[in-house]
Formats: sequence, C-alpha cells, structure tokens
Amino acid sequence: MMPESLFMGAMILLFLSATLTMIRMLIGPTIPDRVVALDALTTTTAGAMVLYGVITEQAVIIDVALVYAVLSYIATLYIARYLVKKRVGLA
Amino acid sequence: MIGALLAILLAIGVGFNLLASIGILRFPDVYTRIHASTKCTTFGTIFIVLASIVYSIYRWLPNHDARWITIGIHSALVLIFLVLTNPVGAHAIGRAARKSGIRPYGAVIDELEGYYEL
Repeated sequence: MMPESLFMGAMILLFLSATLTMIRMLIGPTIPDRVVALDALTTTTAGAMVLYGVITEQAVIIDVALVYAVLSYIATLYIARYLVKKRVGLA
Repeated sequence: MIGALLAILLAIGVGFNLLASIGILRFPDVYTRIHASTKCTTFGTIFIVLASIVYSIYRWLPNHDARWITIGIHSALVLIFLVLTNPVGAHAIGRAARKSGIRPYGAVIDELEGYYEL
C-alpha cells in the first residue's frame, strides 16, 4: 500500500517540475535557452515514466522511457549542429 | 523499513528536479541555465531510478517473479543511458551557443575572441 502512494506523489511533483521548466521553454529569448529547457524537460519526464511503469507493474512503459531518453539525446545533438552550421541536412 | 528508504531516495530525486526547474527559471543567461539544469536533473533522475530499482528488487526477492526483475533491469538501462548521454548533450549545446555568438552575462573580457572562425 505505502510504496505505491510514495511513487504516485513523487510522480506528481516531477510533473510540477516539468511544468515549471516548460515556462522557460515557451518564453526563452534565444534558441539555446529553449533547447536546454527541452533537455531538462525530457530527463524529468523519463524519470516520471519510470515511476509510472513501477506503479502499473508494466515493463513496457520503462522501455518507452528508454527510447524517449535516447531520442532526446539525438534531437539535442542535431539542434546543436544546426546552430553551428546554420543549415539542415546531412554532411 | 523499505518505505523509509524509498521515501529518502524519492525525496532527494524530486528535490533536485524542483531545484533544476527553479534554477532554469531564475538564472540570467544560457550558460548558467545549462549549469543548473543538466547537473540537477541528472542527479535527481539517478535517485528516482535508484528508488525504482530498490523497490523492484524488494518485490522480486520473496518469490522470484520474472516481471519485477525485468522492471529492475530495464530501469538500470535507463539509468546507464541517462548518465552516458546527458553530459554530452549539454556540452554540445554550450559549444553551439558560444559558436553562434551568445556572450556570457556580465562578461568583461572574452578570451575566445576570434578563436573560432565561423
């Protein structure tokens, strides 16, 4: 009984933290501000997904968190590369 | 016993994530926001996932259920990927911000002036 309610409260507080980060992602003055906020938002949401997988006892949601973290990493690297080279595409 | 351990781990994790969101709202420029967000979210999420691993091992130990050890191993994979990829992404964003011409807040001299040819 007790650990599930602990995980549920922690997940609600993580979503509060993600909402506060989303404010910076909406009002950020430059592009790197928004990318930093997106990176923090994705890491927090991956932690919340792990907690949700533990609450519902399904390992599939933790796999979703794994794929989400890896895709966020690729997106961050690609936006950084766009900021340096100022063009989209390979090579 | 297990409830107290889980409460301590989850409190550390949630506290550091909230500190990261406060820092990313309050700091003045992009480099200090990277400093706040990356370290605090990585450290906090490490403790969140550690709480998940400890609870799955605690549920796995009495009657060796395969579902719980699967949850534990996949949580450990999430932890390994976050620790490996988060610092690399933060370094790439900081380097790209410096190369795209954003000066640090309150900087007096610039020792990298003309060092990067754009």
